[in-house]
Amino acid sequence: MDLEYTAEERAFRDEVRDFLADELPTDISEKVRTGHELGKDDHERWQAILHERGWLAQTWPAEHGGPGWSPVQRHIFDEEAALADAPRLVPFGLNMLGPVLIEFGTPEQRRELLPRILDSTDWWCQGYSEPDAGSDLASLRTRAVRDGDHYVVNGQKTWTTLGQHADRIFCLVRTAAEGKPQAGISFLLMDLDDPGIEMRPIRLIEGGHEVNEVFLTDVHVPVANLVGEENQGWTIAKFLLTHERTNIAGVGFATRGLARLRRLGTQVVRGGAPLGEDPVFAARLVELEARLEAMKVTNLRMLSAVQAGGSPGAASSMLKITGTQLRQDINDLSRRALGPGAAAMPHELDGDLAIVPDGAEATAAHYFNNRKLSIYGGSNEIQRNILARQLLGA
Amino acid sequence: MDFTTSDDRQMLAEALRRLLADTWDPETRATAAYTTPYHLPTAWKALAEMGVLAAMVDEDHGGFGGTGLDLLAIFTEVGRATCPEPLLATLLALRLLSSVDAGDDLETVMAGTRAVVAFAEPDDPDAVHDLATTAHGGGGGWRVTGRKSVVHGGPGADLLVVTAMADDVMVLLAVDPSDAAMHDYGLIDGGGASEVVLEDTPARLLGTDVGGALDAALDAGRVALCAEAVGAMDRLVDMTTDHLGARKQFGRPLASFQALQHRVVDLSLEREQARSITIRAAADLDTPAGPRSVALAKHLVGQCARKVAEESIQLHGGIGMTWEYPGAHVAKRLVMLDAQLGDSDHQVQRVVAMDAADA
Repeated sequence: MDLEYTAEERAFRDEVRDFLADELPTDISEKVRTGHELGKDDHERWQAILHERGWLAQTWPAEHGGPGWSPVQRHIFDEEAALADAPRLVPFGLNMLGPVLIEFGTPEQRRELLPRILDSTDWWCQGYSEPDAGSDLASLRTRAVRDGDHYVVNGQKTWTTLGQHADRIFCLVRTAAEGKPQAGISFLLMDLDDPGIEMRPIRLIEGGHEVNEVFLTDVHVPVANLVGEENQGWTIAKFLLTHERTNIAGVGFATRGLARLRRLGTQVVRGGAPLGEDPVFAARLVELEARLEAMKVTNLRMLSAVQAGGSPGAASSMLKITGTQLRQDINDLSRRALGPGAAAMPHELDGDLAIVPDGAEATAAHYFNNRKLSIYGGSNEIQRNILARQLLGA
Repeated sequence: MDFTTSDDRQMLAEALRRLLADTWDPETRATAAYTTPYHLPTAWKALAEMGVLAAMVDEDHGGFGGTGLDLLAIFTEVGRATCPEPLLATLLALRLLSSVDAGDDLETVMAGTRAVVAFAEPDDPDAVHDLATTAHGGGGGWRVTGRKSVVHGGPGADLLVVTAMADDVMVLLAVDPSDAAMHDYGLIDGGGASEVVLEDTPARLLGTDVGGALDAALDAGRVALCAEAVGAMDRLVDMTTDHLGARKQFGRPLASFQALQHRVVDLSLEREQARSITIRAAADLDTPAGPRSVALAKHLVGQCARKVAEESIQLHGGIGMTWEYPGAHVAKRLVMLDAQLGDSDHQVQRVVAMDAADA
């Protein structure tokens, strides 16, 4: 057994580190570090830099413009990018629609749409969940009725992340009412400026605008915008759920979060001594470190299996639960480390008036915002159902 | 043994519950608590008129309550309503003003002049006896210099009650906020606070050697925070059970899934543990057993409150993550109140220190 990266992988890691040090704009990494919201232009600028290097579409095969990375290489990039305070790549076009089109799309769809994802012409968003179809996604009710060479779509989507920046949306829609609910779902592409589409912001618990509701009223969508066969949408959605998930543990984010927390322990004074010398705090920090070290190895075990041609399968459910809980607990201890000053609204007190260490201003906001981690992408309860079926055969 | 609430307290609690429910409906809470001055001055006046402030003061000092059980009754309602009025800050002020027999100030504060206590400093907020703020008296009256941090209720306050060191003795001073540099800001769980910068600022001496009085006032404040948490947990657990009953997925109510049933039952256990230890602390406040009971309560309640908040959000799913959902604001308050007046971990260390000192 060898837990270390190969010489090639280590060389790749150095290459990624150098690239991030040289090419990641400091104004963008500074926004990430201090918890300022990134604008659309920040994302697009970073995407253009990655595209220039050929590293943008990390999950795509080389013949479609991907870098041809192995799962371990993708993991190395994710980890290094998080540690360098690079923006999280918005996944909807790059890691979701792109792979779907490559697997299920027509040659015309691939030819038309993939380059527009790569050069950031199209910002895609996702229309999956509905107000009454969350964990029970297959019960979705947005209907698409065939009318000549169009579908007429009516319904409502919700939790559409960063839809306010998007040009286009991919939706799961109901095209058949009979049979199992999963059997009547199709995967449809729409332009957000099509008549009948209205997007409204949803404000999140900490006050940010990250997700949206999308109302669809008699939207006419060309049949050519169907991906895959009619009623094949559930198969595509399931494909995506496995594809989405090699970085599901968020090892890089957890590693960065724990390093920052350790630094807070040296910066914050509590009861006359650095917080890091407080035995209760120190013990909590070590507990988190042990969980992170274990999760890193679980993650590498999964990557190694995938690299050898296996499917992440149940391991991705396990890592989703473990990773999100760990990140939430790191957020929690970070917020607690700041004491009463954690409650100040982010960035209202800067400079001489700052009451928390530089970069920690949005800690409580992140804590609340990251409660989403265990809810989205298939809630942790749904992941437990998947694991229970596997363990118990039930 | 008798766990019933006295008639007077019951009446006050019910009247307060109605007033707060009428004033602090969810829409008002979601805007006014996050907009300067981060509370409603008209609502403050109504609280004073109802006698809520006088109910925090004992009869010897012109009030009609002031015991731990009075605080339990009042602040449970504050928590149930997620009321952002800076009642805790004023409770601390009333306690300190009582301890130095500041009769005139007490009278005006009970009548609605809003006083808040500035006791914590930015570099080490828990070290409330180890102050960098200094004061000195002389021919021209008292002057105070230093910085006070996260002064809850500071925005729009009428009177600052400030702790400072004069030589080696802690003194209590009254400062007019218009004489101080007040830097106001909003809090993530609603309400506002100020950074207060004092630079040779004129002050009025209220009392000297007030370290013990400060500890006693902070303990009263801790009981109030525990009670607030219990009221907020009552509301949030109710909202969570309502949601599980109403929300259907996979063709049946979430409440019918055993995995979720067990989790909401666990929340009700947390809440009852919190309620019981808060009753213990409220009954022991101002007795020799008080400091230890209060520290135990603040420790346990801080943990229960966070667990209830986190699990309630999770059990609500996405809707629990939204600003529009009132429960989200209750959850934020439940998480953040732990950091006030020494968090859960700090209380453990206080108990250990108390026991070591007694050994």
